[in-house]
Amino acid sequence: MENYFDVIVIGGGPAGLTSGIYLSRAKLKTLILNEGAAGGQMVLTHEVANYPGIESISGYQLSRNMRKQAEKFGCLVKSNIKVTNLSLSNDVKSVEINGSETFFAKSIILATGGKSRTIGAKGEETFKGKGISYCATCDGDFFQDKNIIVIGGGNSALEEAVSLTKFASSVTVVHQFDHFQAFESAVSEAKANPKINFIMESEIQEFIGNEKLEKAIIKNMRTGEISTKEIDGAFILIGYVPNTESLKGIIELNNKNEIITNDLMETNISGVFAAGDSRAKRYRQITTSVSDGTIAALSAADYIEKQKEEILV
Amino acid sequence: MTLSTGLNHIATANELTKIVNENENVMVCCGRMGPMCIPVYEVMEEIQDKYSHVKFFDMAFDSPEAHIIRNLPECKTFAGLPFTVYYKNGKVAKATSSIQNMDQVTSILDKELNS
Repeated sequence: MENYFDVIVIGGGPAGLTSGIYLSRAKLKTLILNEGAAGGQMVLTHEVANYPGIESISGYQLSRNMRKQAEKFGCLVKSNIKVTNLSLSNDVKSVEINGSETFFAKSIILATGGKSRTIGAKGEETFKGKGISYCATCDGDFFQDKNIIVIGGGNSALEEAVSLTKFASSVTVVHQFDHFQAFESAVSEAKANPKINFIMESEIQEFIGNEKLEKAIIKNMRTGEISTKEIDGAFILIGYVPNTESLKGIIELNNKNEIITNDLMETNISGVFAAGDSRAKRYRQITTSVSDGTIAALSAADYIEKQKEEILV
Repeated sequence: MTLSTGLNHIATANELTKIVNENENVMVCCGRMGPMCIPVYEVMEEIQDKYSHVKFFDMAFDSPEAHIIRNLPECKTFAGLPFTVYYKNGKVAKATSSIQNMDQVTSILDKELNS
């Protein structure tokens, strides 16, 4: 029976770990299966300063605390696994990992989160770590007195562009639209910085270099004009996409490939719930993921209780 | 200067040289406690038991002693943390820059450090 659980949570970010805390504290046998490092995108946050009750903490430390708390209540966490098969339609759900081991549960919580969006330009993968980065905090200091571009037009892109001016001699923001999605304060700060300039309505076509990144080919989307810009680095900060690729055809998704739920985090499949950034919703914060994870856990516990009652009747 | 990982830690350049010379297969992740590095440490922690023929270590990128990794010819084009170096029989077999997932790490181990 060791492979049988009350609830399997797929995803170990703040939503999944919170579910794990609530479920295991309620004495439900719970397994968290996580494809990457526990903590999800929370680990990628340098400083979390808006988590109630904690003035400031690194995303890494907060994720470690959450995992430790879940494990203390008896939750089993398996990280760096790969879900290779998922069967959700029957009363007993099954999850196969690494093509070899299968786990069973009465209920499933999908908390698969999101991943950094890539632009898909030619050369992007080749120059990852050799000029292309997705984390300004991590890699900014490699670009002291260099010319770099930041791709994106949201808050993180503009805030990081400003932060990168501490190192770089020039920062060019390349954005696909004629306006930014960021808050006005972030736009104003970036525009006021003399080291930052802007290329609007444009997309990167290709990254070019020998051993490291040297040039970007940029296309103006309005005029079709192609230009070449000599650069030393490129920071791609264009948000996140939900990790729901493997759920297509299994569970109901919207046109952005986000899982559709109601307020109780119920999906279209009985006994299957969703929580966190893979769910269709407007605001994506650690706190909203924690809220989703709580609701999904309570809903899953309620579902299991009702199943028991039905069997008794 | 230490990193908060579950890996054995290398503090000095001499220590690294000794470890590399005394062990056939060594993997060293040289980074910070940051978003791109932590996933690599965690992969290494997960696979330590499975790859018992490989010695796994971390090293702090900001330590002056890490010059031994930072200045490797194999790392000269790197501009993203962590710098991860795989040694076979005292020589660099492979080096990677930036975040890597389980599949990427294990495929290098299977190819380069397969005893």
